[in-house]
Amino acid sequence: MEKELKYIDIVDQPISMHPKKFALWLFLVTVVMIFAALTSAYIVRQAEGNWLEYELPEIFWLTSALVIISSIAMQWAYYSAKKDNFLSLRIGMIFALLFGIAFLVGQWYSWVALVDRQVFFVGNPAGSFLYVFTGLHAVHLISGVIFLIIVLISTFRMEVHAKALDTLEMATTYWHFLGGLWLYLFLFLQMNH
Amino acid sequence: MATATVAHHETEVHDHHDHEHHDSFITKYIFSTDHKMIAKQFLITGIFWAIIGGLLSTLFRLQLGFPEMNLEFLRPLLGGWIDEAGKLDPTFYLALVTMHGTIMVFFVLTAGLSGTFSNFLIPLQIGARDMASGFMNMLSYWFFFLSSVIMFISLFIKTGPAGGGWVVYPPLSALEQAIPGSGLGMTLWLISMTFFIVSSLLGGINYITTVINLRTKGMSFSRLPLTIWAFFLTAVIGLLSFPVLFAAALLLVFDRSFGTSFYLADIYVAGEALPNTGGSPVLFQHLFWFLGHPEVYIVLLPALGITSEVIATNSRKPIFGYKAMVISLLGITVLSFIVWAHHMFVSGMNPFLGSIFMFLTLIIAVPSAVKVFNYLTTLWRGNLIFTPAMLFSIALVSFFISGGLTGIFLGNSAIDIQLHDTYFVVAHFHLVMGSASFFGMMAGIYHWFPKMFGRMMDAKLGYIHFWLTFVGVYLVFFPMHYIGIAGFPRRYYSWTNFEFSNTYTDLNMFVSVAAILTFAAQAIFLFNFFYSMYRGRKATPNPWNSNTLEWTTPIHPGHGNWPGEIPTVYRWPYDYSKPGAAQDFIPQTVPLSQTPESNLPHEQELVKVELEIMKDEAEVLVANESKH
Repeated sequence: MEKELKYIDIVDQPISMHPKKFALWLFLVTVVMIFAALTSAYIVRQAEGNWLEYELPEIFWLTSALVIISSIAMQWAYYSAKKDNFLSLRIGMIFALLFGIAFLVGQWYSWVALVDRQVFFVGNPAGSFLYVFTGLHAVHLISGVIFLIIVLISTFRMEVHAKALDTLEMATTYWHFLGGLWLYLFLFLQMNH
Repeated sequence: MATATVAHHETEVHDHHDHEHHDSFITKYIFSTDHKMIAKQFLITGIFWAIIGGLLSTLFRLQLGFPEMNLEFLRPLLGGWIDEAGKLDPTFYLALVTMHGTIMVFFVLTAGLSGTFSNFLIPLQIGARDMASGFMNMLSYWFFFLSSVIMFISLFIKTGPAGGGWVVYPPLSALEQAIPGSGLGMTLWLISMTFFIVSSLLGGINYITTVINLRTKGMSFSRLPLTIWAFFLTAVIGLLSFPVLFAAALLLVFDRSFGTSFYLADIYVAGEALPNTGGSPVLFQHLFWFLGHPEVYIVLLPALGITSEVIATNSRKPIFGYKAMVISLLGITVLSFIVWAHHMFVSGMNPFLGSIFMFLTLIIAVPSAVKVFNYLTTLWRGNLIFTPAMLFSIALVSFFISGGLTGIFLGNSAIDIQLHDTYFVVAHFHLVMGSASFFGMMAGIYHWFPKMFGRMMDAKLGYIHFWLTFVGVYLVFFPMHYIGIAGFPRRYYSWTNFEFSNTYTDLNMFVSVAAILTFAAQAIFLFNFFYSMYRGRKATPNPWNSNTLEWTTPIHPGHGNWPGEIPTVYRWPYDYSKPGAAQDFIPQTVPLSQTPESNLPHEQELVKVELEIMKDEAEVLVANESKH
């Protein structure tokens, strides 16, 4: 009887999208708005002058490559799950995670490189902004890593397969988004430097 | 026939289900995931904050109206904030003003209004069992609660709560040595607001998801009640603007606690130069007002939505210009994001940019005027029923007009530069945003109280409460326009040093007396609210003869709202006094095929489609039943 009730509910609702996936997209909107605010603040502040000029750390090229590879691995894991190929699903996710963590380590070394160039968090906003961009992005990426670990564990419990893809799809979306967000920030910094 | 049997079965199943899961006090009243209970939690917390916020305003009104008065009698409440001479501490005065603004804007009129009515009405009016995620909804309330606790604690600390105004402009708010209120109080303010933002975003994501994905069959966007349109667009505005406040606050935290210079540059405190260079205080204003202005509409739109519903129901007429109402709501939503700099005409802006923002600001008058026109034309020749909710709604329209007119003054940069930061501005936004939204909230409480608690509020006390508040609000804020034009700046502790202020001493006294009496009149409401919750007259299922879905639920809806199947919707929510119809209202659940006497020609066409769909559905149900 319980099932019947649910069935009727589903018939009644003109569902256009999985509610949780939709909620994830709305969450992504809020993250976009935070970074839109920060990057436009950067432009407004830069236009006022008194702006410290310095070279961006070269390691950003490497971390950008890492984040792209990580996204590709994640996509491969997703396709594998669609085909119920569990081994490559797990391998793909583990690779995505490892490259994600490597990215975080690389971002840390970008801070080391900044300090070497005498660009500190406390000082001219030109440098402070870079720390805020990378730091806030890293915080989001850590949340993505946690999300991925949770989904990875559920793949070992056989809770992710071709007919139960929702959480994996959400993790993939979030992971690609975070990668894309970094590429946007990097491109933005390249163009407004 | 099949439908009826299935529905009957489910009633039993569902009732049983309710008893199984809702016997614990904690899951029912505290960590509830039921949207109705969460709405009540928001409402009660909102009322608590409204009392605090109102009380703070009476305190500083005493200071403003009676600057020579001995406030010794307040020592039991304020302790050391009353000095030996019996005077209010000037820095505490600043804290009072700041906290009044913060509490009223965020905790009462955002969380208390949106949190209550979006939560309560969205699932009930669109025909959903609950919000998309009950858990996230619960989190939303508890983050709000946490934020409330922190803000409340900040009222009692030694250096006092935040004192830089509710807009917390740096450098004043960024430097601890500036005023006592920029110390720990400001830190707590920022922490509290961070949790508040998280709460708003969790709530907003839920509202949008629910409205888009969980509407019942037949509930197309063109059949949504205007309340839902308003709540939906409010949530969209919040989703886009609160993250920006978060970004602004984050940079402020870095400036305060880590020594960065996002907003600080070339400052001397007590003759010594601070190390900060290269920051821009105007940057904060841009970021803040990118939230701050949409926030005005986050506060106002739900009130306008509630008013649309209450006015149509109690005029016994369809809302005039449903589509125009929706389009003007959309227009306000879009425009709210591109007018923020009209708060900054005197902050040092390129005059050309100022003209652009002035132009965009004045355009908002168009959708606002459309809404006012539609309210008035809905009232025009209606069979008006003056319930307390209806009176509060009509008063909202009145405030929206009188406060909106001064908005046209202030939108012009030339006049604004003269009137900026005077009591004219205070009067303007207290009418159009403060009082209008507050009255919308009151209308909502009086109107949906029967659905919330299964009992009616006392109408006579409602009328007394209404008239005292309505007259009181005008007595407070109308004279304030004159005070503002005369040049009284806001946020000043006292004006007695200025020669010109002598002429207006009695006017300020008058405003203070009116404010205190209006605040006292709210006790009538509080009594009515809590007394009626337990002792009020028992409500009927549809006390206002309304069309919307929430009145098709049982008097005390359980978790899941409808005991059986979720009702299907066949028409828009405003079929009041339809020519030919037997009653003066036709609920949304009545199929067009059952009302041939009142159908319009194009609706008669729809009957055929409707009958086919109903036939298909009956087949699905039969098939479904035979499976088990």
